[in-house]
Amino acid sequence: MTNDELATKNEPLQNEEVHESPLAKLSRFYWGKNRKSPLTRPLRKWFILFLGPVTAAFIIGFVWPFLQGIYLSLCNFQLIKDAKFVGFGNYIKAFTDASFMRSFWYTALFAIVSLLLINILAFAVAYALTLGIKGSNLFRTVFFMPNLIGGIVLGYIWSMIFDGVLSAFGTSIVQNSTWGFWGLIILMCWQQIGYMMIIYIAGLNAIPEDMLEAAKIDGANKWQTLWRVTIPNLMPSITICTFLSLTNGFKLFDQNLALTSGQPIVMQDGVPIKQTEMLALNIYNTFYSSNNSARGTAQAKAVIFFILVAAIGLAQLAYTRKKEVQQ
Amino acid sequence: MKLKKGSDAAVNPHEDMLKGSKLSNEKKQRKALTIVLAVICIVYVFPVLAVVVNSFKTNTAVKTNTFELPFGEMWAGFDNFIKGMTFGNYPFIESVKNSLIITLISTALIVICTSMAAWYVARVNSLFCKVIYYLCVFSMVVPFQMVMFTLSKTADNLNLNTPWTIPIIYLGFGAGLAIFMFVGFVKSIPIEIEEAAAIDGCGPIRTYFMIVFPMLRPTMISVAILEIMWIWNDYLLPYLVLDINEYRTIPIHIQYLKGSYGTVDLGATMAIILMSIIPVIVFYLICQKYIIKGVAAGAVKG
Repeated sequence: MTNDELATKNEPLQNEEVHESPLAKLSRFYWGKNRKSPLTRPLRKWFILFLGPVTAAFIIGFVWPFLQGIYLSLCNFQLIKDAKFVGFGNYIKAFTDASFMRSFWYTALFAIVSLLLINILAFAVAYALTLGIKGSNLFRTVFFMPNLIGGIVLGYIWSMIFDGVLSAFGTSIVQNSTWGFWGLIILMCWQQIGYMMIIYIAGLNAIPEDMLEAAKIDGANKWQTLWRVTIPNLMPSITICTFLSLTNGFKLFDQNLALTSGQPIVMQDGVPIKQTEMLALNIYNTFYSSNNSARGTAQAKAVIFFILVAAIGLAQLAYTRKKEVQQ
Repeated sequence: MKLKKGSDAAVNPHEDMLKGSKLSNEKKQRKALTIVLAVICIVYVFPVLAVVVNSFKTNTAVKTNTFELPFGEMWAGFDNFIKGMTFGNYPFIESVKNSLIITLISTALIVICTSMAAWYVARVNSLFCKVIYYLCVFSMVVPFQMVMFTLSKTADNLNLNTPWTIPIIYLGFGAGLAIFMFVGFVKSIPIEIEEAAAIDGCGPIRTYFMIVFPMLRPTMISVAILEIMWIWNDYLLPYLVLDINEYRTIPIHIQYLKGSYGTVDLGATMAIILMSIIPVIVFYLICQKYIIKGVAAGAVKG
C-alpha cells in the first residue's frame, strides 16, 4: 500500500473527528469516549458495586473533612459544633505567630539541606552500585532497609544513639538546637538515601548502553561521560527525587516528634518558642495544646501548610509535563 | 557484561594499547570502591545493631554505656523482653495484633475496591468518573495536617474508631495513589480484550474477576507494598482516630513509652523496639524484589 492510499484511507476518520458537533462533543465529555462499547453499557448498571465503596469512603475520609477544614479555618471553635464565623482573623493570627514563622523558616532550611545531602549521596551510591562491582545486591538491600522502619521507631533509635554520643560532652539532643537540626538531618539521610538510590538506579539502568559506548569511543573520559551523558539522561529521576525529598522534608512529622519533639524551648519576647519544631508539628501542637482556644488558628495554619505543599506538588507536575513535551 | 566490555576493548585500537596499565588500575579502583561501600554498609547497619545490643542491657547501662557490649553488670538477659511485654500499662501483643488487623484489612480493602473503581473510571470515563479521578489525584498532594482535626471528629461521629472500622478511613485517605496507579495501568491495556469477553456474553463482574484482575496483578502487588509500608508505620492517623485507651498500634505503643521518658526502663524499651523491627526486616528480606519494584513504580508515577 502506498502512502497516498494510506492517506485517503485515514481521511474519513479524521474528518469525522473534526466535524464533530458541539453537542456530540459535550455528550462525549459527559458520557465518556467508550459510550457505545459493548463493555461499558452493562458496566454502568454496576455503578454502585464498582465505584460506590471508594466514593463513599473518599467522601468520609477526604472530601468532607477537607471542605469542613477550609470552612473551620475561618471560624473560632473548640469543638466543631460551637464554630463561629470570624473571617480571615485566624490567618492574620497565624502569620503573626512567632513560633509558626520560626517553624516555617526552620522547615524550609531543613528541607533544602536534606534535599541536597540526600540526593547527592543517593546518586553517588546508585552510581557506584551500577558499576557492576561484587556484592552490589547486598549493598542495595542494606541501604534500602531503613525505609521500612517507621518514623517513630527511627526517632527513638537515633535519640538513643545521639544521647549515647552526646552524653560524653555533657549534653543531649533535646538540649541543643544545633544538634537537634543535624541529628534530624542524619536520621533523614539514613532513612531516605536508600529510597532515592532505588529511583536513581532505575534511571541509570534505563540509559542506553550504546550512548555510553559512543561517548567512550569519542574519547570522553569518565567525568565528561558523567556530566555530559549520564546526568542529562537522568533528569527525569533527578526531578522526581528532588521533589520527593522536598515534600518529604516539608511534611516531616513522626521523626521530628520522636527525636526532639521541638525541644529545646527558648523564651523570645516573653513567648516560649520550640527551637526544633517543624511546620507539621507546630500545627499539631497548636491544635492539641492544653487549652483548646487556638484551634481556629491551627486550622488556618493547616490551610497555609496545605497550599505550600500543594504548590510544590503542582510545580513538580508542571515541570514533568514540560519535560515530557520536550522529549 | 565483563566479557562484552573486553571484546569491545579489543576492537578499539587505542584501548588495546593502554589495556595492561588501565585494567589493573581499574581493578584497584573497584576494590577500593567495594571497601568504601562495605564500610558505609557497616555504618548503615550500626543503629540496628545498637538496638540489638542495648536490648540486653540494664536501664542504667543503656544511658551510660550505650556503645559497649553487655557484659558483666550490664547484662540484663531476656528479662527486658519479658518486662517489655507488659510495659506501659498496655500489653505489647495487643498492639501487634491491632497493627496487623489494621494493616491487613486496610490493604486488602484498598487493593480490591480501588482496582475495581479504577477499572470503571478508566473504561466508562464519564464526567462523574473524571471528577472522582481528579479529586483522587488532588488528594495526593494534601498533607494530613490539613484534614487531621476534622477527620478525627468525623470518624468519631461515625464510630469508625476501632481497628475493624478504621480501614474505611484508610480506604478514603489512601485511595488517591492507588486509583492513580491502577488507572494508569488499565489505560495501557487494550479495551478490545474486555469487549470481546462482553460480546461473548461475559458480564461485567465476571469480566473483572476473570480477565482484568489477573492482568492487574503486578500493579496490585506494587500498590499493596506501598500501602503496607505506609499503614504499618503510620502514627498520627490511628492515634487521632482510634480510641487510645482500648486500641493502640505499635508506633502508638512506642510513642507512649517515650512520653514517660526517664521513668521508663530503657533496656525494656529497646527490647520492644527490637521486637517491632524484626518482623519488618524479615518481611523485607522475603519480599525484597517486590518491595523495590513497587517503590520504583510508585515513585515514577507519584
